[in-house]
Amino acid sequence: MQLNDLLNHTSEWLKGTGPHSDIVMSSRVRLARNLEGRLFPHWASKAQAEETMNILKQVIERNDYLKKTTFFRLADLDSVDKQFLVERHLMSREHASKPDSKAIVMEDGEIISIMINEEDHLRMQVMKSGFDFLESWEIMNQIDDSLSKELTYAFSSELGYLTACPTNTGTGMRGSVMLHLPALVIARTIEKVLAAISKLSFTTRGLYGEGTQAIGNFFQISNQVSLGHNEDEIISNINGLIRQVIEHEEQARAILIKQQKAFLEDRVWRGYGILKNAVIISSQETTELLSMVRLGADLDILKDIDRRTINELFILIQPAHLQKLEGKKLNSQERDEKRARIIRSKLVK
Amino acid sequence: MLCDICTTNQATVHLTEIIDEQMTELHLCEECAKNKSMDMEQQFGLADLLAGLTDIGKAQVEGKEAVKLKCLVCGLTYDDFRKIGRLGCSECYTSFRKYLIPLLKRIHGSNKHYGKTPLVLTKPVRMKSDAAELKENLEKAIQAEEFEEAARIRDALKALEKKASENK
Repeated sequence: MQLNDLLNHTSEWLKGTGPHSDIVMSSRVRLARNLEGRLFPHWASKAQAEETMNILKQVIERNDYLKKTTFFRLADLDSVDKQFLVERHLMSREHASKPDSKAIVMEDGEIISIMINEEDHLRMQVMKSGFDFLESWEIMNQIDDSLSKELTYAFSSELGYLTACPTNTGTGMRGSVMLHLPALVIARTIEKVLAAISKLSFTTRGLYGEGTQAIGNFFQISNQVSLGHNEDEIISNINGLIRQVIEHEEQARAILIKQQKAFLEDRVWRGYGILKNAVIISSQETTELLSMVRLGADLDILKDIDRRTINELFILIQPAHLQKLEGKKLNSQERDEKRARIIRSKLVK
Repeated sequence: MLCDICTTNQATVHLTEIIDEQMTELHLCEECAKNKSMDMEQQFGLADLLAGLTDIGKAQVEGKEAVKLKCLVCGLTYDDFRKIGRLGCSECYTSFRKYLIPLLKRIHGSNKHYGKTPLVLTKPVRMKSDAAELKENLEKAIQAEEFEEAARIRDALKALEKKASENK
């Protein structure tokens, strides 16, 4: 697989399918693993980090569950390529920022991706469209089991999987969901919901993970605790919490339609109008307006636009995607123009 | 001029950001600027947060003992850990056990793993080969007359053998 092939491919998590996909964009399960007897990536010499990478490459390449994957050394990718993978949620910004002795392995369907030598030797993720933790975890668990037959993980029966940062020790597991919660934001009850979530040892972040702002009414919620509960308990805790958040958003949507229909329709149609007609547009403005259009499509206010097209636009309008589509580097102003052209081509039939 | 983020309030703060060699100017109102700076702070958050947590652990121990403590396998000191927020190798969990157990309790509310186990647990075997590797390195260090390194490896070997005999 070539990276450019991905341009014509919709990431699994953007397909807009799966349970509750009106509110839940994607569900992701991540496991952190390290190899016994090897220094953690940030502390290892370059030679040892390279060696770790090669060991993992060989084991991954002959693994039955990872047959349809491609291995990329980050040192071989240019800055746009790396940013492109970050925008598609296949790797973290931190991974992209220090490419030495690091690699990314991804599956053609973009459901599975593995970062090598990020904070831990292995950071494996499975990401599905909609609210579908159980299946994501099942896939992840199988991959982990089969890799553990060939690799000796750093593991203690007392503390579980040993990770570079003690915040991941134990199961090494994070489950996170990307939620679209426009009605809770409009109704100004989102703060209350987020405060309750943080009290329950869950964290909330924006569209692009750690330290990013919640723009476009997207919120990523994940578990903080990885030790003291088993994997099934962690999954069922997140499931329980997310179900409640979904209910709150559904109620807020129902109230908006009942009490403020004109206001809501106005925001949706204005957003749609600007996106269809703008000649220059920033990614921030696009994301905010697309959020309204997505809500409009979910509530049947906009009837001739499907969720998948809108989901795809959230990613296509990101800087590296625009530059890949154009086939060359673009400055900020050129990107704003390219972005507007792409949106028009997708929305104006 | 209106704020670039909320587009309603008057912009009073003017920021220049450089991302990927691309300069962007941001004009923000006071409130959005405050949010933006909080957002930036969060990116630096983890090491600070851990340093804060370990400080609490540190206050409970006497003197500078914790700061000087060093992992014999990888050479990382507890002070390094407090600064960078990351451990150097899996043996650090043994080396800094005294301080890490309370820290894990603070973070997770527990210090006991109840989750899955690797399908193949070859730890005792692996430990033997670790020891073999260390012995080889020790000989090399002695031959090269790197005595400080040799002493470090000897200590690591002792620690490993002690741990292996405890696990039997």
